[in-house]
Amino acid sequence: MTKPESEFTWKDLEIGGIVAEPGNASQYQTGDWRSQRPILDTDKCIKCGLCYIFCPEGCIEQNAEGYFEANLFYCKGCGICARECWVKAITMIPEEE
Amino acid sequence: MAKRVGIEVSLAIAEAAKLANTDVVAAYPITPQTHIVEHLAKLVADGELDAAYIPVESEHSAMSACLGASATGARTFTATAGQGLELMHEVLYVASSMQLPIVMAVANRALSSPLSVWGDHSDVMAVRDTGWIQIFVENGQEAVDNVLCAFRIGEDPKVLLPVMVHLDGFYLSHVIEPVLFPEQSLVDKFIPPYKYPMPLHPDKPVTMGAFGPPIIYTETKKAQEVNLRASKEVILQCWAEFGKTFKRHYSPIESYRTEGAKVLLLTMGSFSETAMTAIDRMREKGKEVGLVRIRLWRPFPFEEFRQAVSNAETIVVVDRALSFGGPVGPVCSEVRSALYDEKQKPKVVSFVAGLGGRDITPAGFEEIVNRGIEISQKGSENEFEIFGVRG
Repeated sequence: MTKPESEFTWKDLEIGGIVAEPGNASQYQTGDWRSQRPILDTDKCIKCGLCYIFCPEGCIEQNAEGYFEANLFYCKGCGICARECWVKAITMIPEEE
Repeated sequence: MAKRVGIEVSLAIAEAAKLANTDVVAAYPITPQTHIVEHLAKLVADGELDAAYIPVESEHSAMSACLGASATGARTFTATAGQGLELMHEVLYVASSMQLPIVMAVANRALSSPLSVWGDHSDVMAVRDTGWIQIFVENGQEAVDNVLCAFRIGEDPKVLLPVMVHLDGFYLSHVIEPVLFPEQSLVDKFIPPYKYPMPLHPDKPVTMGAFGPPIIYTETKKAQEVNLRASKEVILQCWAEFGKTFKRHYSPIESYRTEGAKVLLLTMGSFSETAMTAIDRMREKGKEVGLVRIRLWRPFPFEEFRQAVSNAETIVVVDRALSFGGPVGPVCSEVRSALYDEKQKPKVVSFVAGLGGRDITPAGFEEIVNRGIEISQKGSENEFEIFGVRG
């Protein structure tokens, strides 16, 4: 996508609303409906990667230090990572208004 | 040379799809449309038509298979009727929204219950707003001609929309008529090979029918609406070109003996020809009545319609479907809306007749017109009348 969806007028659309650029779903910000976000306590985290495995959005990545962090562009705030983390290193906090 | 043959209209429609070099047919048989797809299956099986015939388990699957075929750029044809059209309902919207120029013949049939295989326009009205171009034909020749036109219109790069060709079940689908089949070479020129601009192809992947969140859905619908309305220009050009090549002429609104007529009968579909007989008889008796027929149902030809009825004082509209609990018959609703902003409005009287295959004879049409005139002068306690209903 060359520009955000909000800038498309009806005249800009491809025929039948075809998406002609493969793979551009990665530019879709699924994180914009999140009402809470995960906070990682690196003191508790043992870098096991369980949150990475359980994340239904596939938005958790391992950073340079080896910690697993959610990419907030995609994270929908479901809280599954916090629920599954067996050392309780993740807490969900409400998004501010 | 064009060939004139006596042929059942259903078979003639299948032959028209063959003349158009259809690539894919996906269909499910249903009365009164069965003979169309049965004959196409035979043409494919006998090697007369080089097409893929996909026998499916339902109309929902038929239209879904047509979507896939059309999305790859194949010229795609199907046919259905009544309940079958209803079963493919949700997929009809997908075809028009994704701009896939599928051509479908619909042998108009009443809807259950009670079960009726006979003709009326209940099925048409239920798919009115699906975004398809919709053309009505009145005889076998018109059916063949307009199936050919449907491909050319739908596949025009300015249009890219699916097209329904409506023919009345049994009244048209099952009668044997003389039909002039145009020469293959002329048809090939009239409907050249077509190339969908962005087909499904592994070399250049595209996503069709993707999800559209609130931020973009309205824009897609606006584009669709503008496109369907704009298709009228291409439809007019197509019919003009058809007239030049094949010497048969079509218009969105067609008039019959309307000169000097203050009273106009308005019909849509095959019983327009019966109505012509009634108009002839009334003219012989010195009554100044004429007939206006709607050929292009969607996009509705507002301009042409207003022009065709501009001198009328009374329009008597005969619908072959009910809009339960609504204002008047569905065609009449359209007619009234089209005239609402006019300074000089004719009186518009609504009749519903010919439901579930009930015949309307020429005498019946005379009675409808006379009763319509009476209502326009004295009024009626009903919003509309159902003609010929007992009790």
